[in-house]
Amino acid sequence: MSESVDRAVNAMKEQIDAPIASYFSSCVHCGICADACLFYTETGDPQYTPIHKLDLMKRVWEREYTFAGRIKKWLGLSRNITENDLTKWETLVYDSCTLCGRCSLYCPVGNDIVTMVRKMREAMAASGHAPEGLQQASKRAIEIGSPMGVTLKTLEAQIKHAEKEAGMEVPLDKQGVDYLMLLSSAEIAQFNEIIPAVTRIFHEAGVSWTLSSEAFEGTNSGIQIGSSDIAAELIQRIVDGAQKLKVKYVISPECGHAYTALRWEGPNLIGKPYPFEVVHIIELLDQLRTQGKLKLEGKDETRQTFHDPCQMVRRGGVMEQPRNLMNMVATDFVEMTEHSLMGWCCGGGGGVSANERAEPLRRKVFSKKREQLEEIGVERIVTACSNCRNMLEEGLEDNNMDEIEVVGLSEWLAEYLVTSSPRAAGDDS
Amino acid sequence: MSSLELLTWARGPALQAALVIFIIGMLIRVLEILLLGRKTDLTRARAGQMGPGLRTIFSRSLPVSGTWKQHLSGYLWHIGFIVVLLFYAPHIQLFKQGFNIAWPALPTSLIDIITIVTMAALVFSLSLRFTDPVRRMLSTVGDYFSWLVTFLPVATGYMAFHNVGPDYTLVLALHIMSVNLLLVVFPFTKLSHAITFLFSRWYNGANAGRKGVRV
Repeated sequence: MSESVDRAVNAMKEQIDAPIASYFSSCVHCGICADACLFYTETGDPQYTPIHKLDLMKRVWEREYTFAGRIKKWLGLSRNITENDLTKWETLVYDSCTLCGRCSLYCPVGNDIVTMVRKMREAMAASGHAPEGLQQASKRAIEIGSPMGVTLKTLEAQIKHAEKEAGMEVPLDKQGVDYLMLLSSAEIAQFNEIIPAVTRIFHEAGVSWTLSSEAFEGTNSGIQIGSSDIAAELIQRIVDGAQKLKVKYVISPECGHAYTALRWEGPNLIGKPYPFEVVHIIELLDQLRTQGKLKLEGKDETRQTFHDPCQMVRRGGVMEQPRNLMNMVATDFVEMTEHSLMGWCCGGGGGVSANERAEPLRRKVFSKKREQLEEIGVERIVTACSNCRNMLEEGLEDNNMDEIEVVGLSEWLAEYLVTSSPRAAGDDS
Repeated sequence: MSSLELLTWARGPALQAALVIFIIGMLIRVLEILLLGRKTDLTRARAGQMGPGLRTIFSRSLPVSGTWKQHLSGYLWHIGFIVVLLFYAPHIQLFKQGFNIAWPALPTSLIDIITIVTMAALVFSLSLRFTDPVRRMLSTVGDYFSWLVTFLPVATGYMAFHNVGPDYTLVLALHIMSVNLLLVVFPFTKLSHAITFLFSRWYNGANAGRKGVRV
């Protein structure tokens, strides 16, 4: 066995616990998970069957952790994993899985397949079988502090811009406030309208908040590549930043994997519970709505829909909140046929968008979203994940459907905000 | 060995040995899972996991929207197999002899129809393994073997019921031997999902439940 195969096998062994053993024990090879995965439905290629992506891990589990497998191993009948296997499965695990988790809802015996893929990526990353794009992103995240190479200087420039636009101060490094707001790389670099939008919303709702110069980046490429070590370091930076400012809550931005990393993996990665609570920006906005602190005015008659970011909705449990918020102003809000829990991924989540090699496949499988959108004929898609937003914009352009507008939910809501101070209102000119 | 001697052996010592292997084997199978344990989740749960976990054990029996066709043959043979096993009068007799419990049987004519449907569904499931690209790719020797040891008790039972073959006693003995074979290999093949699905569904449902995702 080569050293990298050894590392892969050891990493798999570390990842296999009781749930994983129960999943592999229960799989009957029925293939129903294939119908849940857009990489299969849009290509018809059986290799994209979700459970097949776990074949190597299944081999390790069988050989090391089952009675029958041990006997087979003892008799010399086990199939060893080779370097070639790892190379082949690299594309299955990274290029054709967005970790969207739809397959985990389809499996009749209840196998949480996406959890296994996430764990399988640990083995692939440990053995050096991760895509170049994700390796570079992780390196930048550790060295520069952001996978897209966004620095504090960039953020400071955006803050200045936002202050001008919102007509009010954007708090930075303010101690003792309730909320620390994180941003995703894409929000700082591309979709920066989010900063004036939340500044205005929080101002009107009386939320005490701040950004941090040490912990502003929510994107976690460690989760996507499958390196708990990298993911833990990025989480620790946020925890340190939050503790320094003594906040009670940390707000996860409109970024799917940032939320998963921070909310559902973080404490396990660093090995201790947080001294603060994590709240998704959409969750917080919905709380403000129920408290009557989010005051919106005007009705929007545009025919529009909501695209469910997988990590926020299906894997994160923030499902009703975006709909509650949209219904505050939208009069013609239509759901895609399969939505919420059963929503289809944009095709670029889970690090697929950062993986150049996967681009042709990713663009191909956008046909699922195209089909869904054609069916309902909308003029606008609202979403709450900057990566989804990017993928949707690109996909619509590819399919000559760019007359459909794509917007982030928070900034879209800010357009309808009832503004009390004349200073805050003067931003639309 | 005469047919009668084979029958006596098959439903006597052979069945007892098969049951012991089945029970110990399944115990090993369950321990293989549970002994691996899982780390305490340090994240703040949004909701409890017990309720959603238990609910998923049942709710996952229903197909998600639009997939009932893929489930149909599976439903037919699973239900058929269980109904014939539990509600065929001679089977109930066996339970009465072994455990001194009995319950009303279904009419044999109905059992006959259910057996035919069960066999047809099993044959259809097998044909999918050969024809459907996804299932063909996923299928292993173990899948075909598991199919065979499941099909044999149904087929031999049907033969015994209809007196097919020259010697009823021999066919009955083969029927019981096929059941013994099923019991022996059960824990060491994917057939063990009949028990382990309780765990996999629970873990999946519990994990989603603590995140507040209703699956």
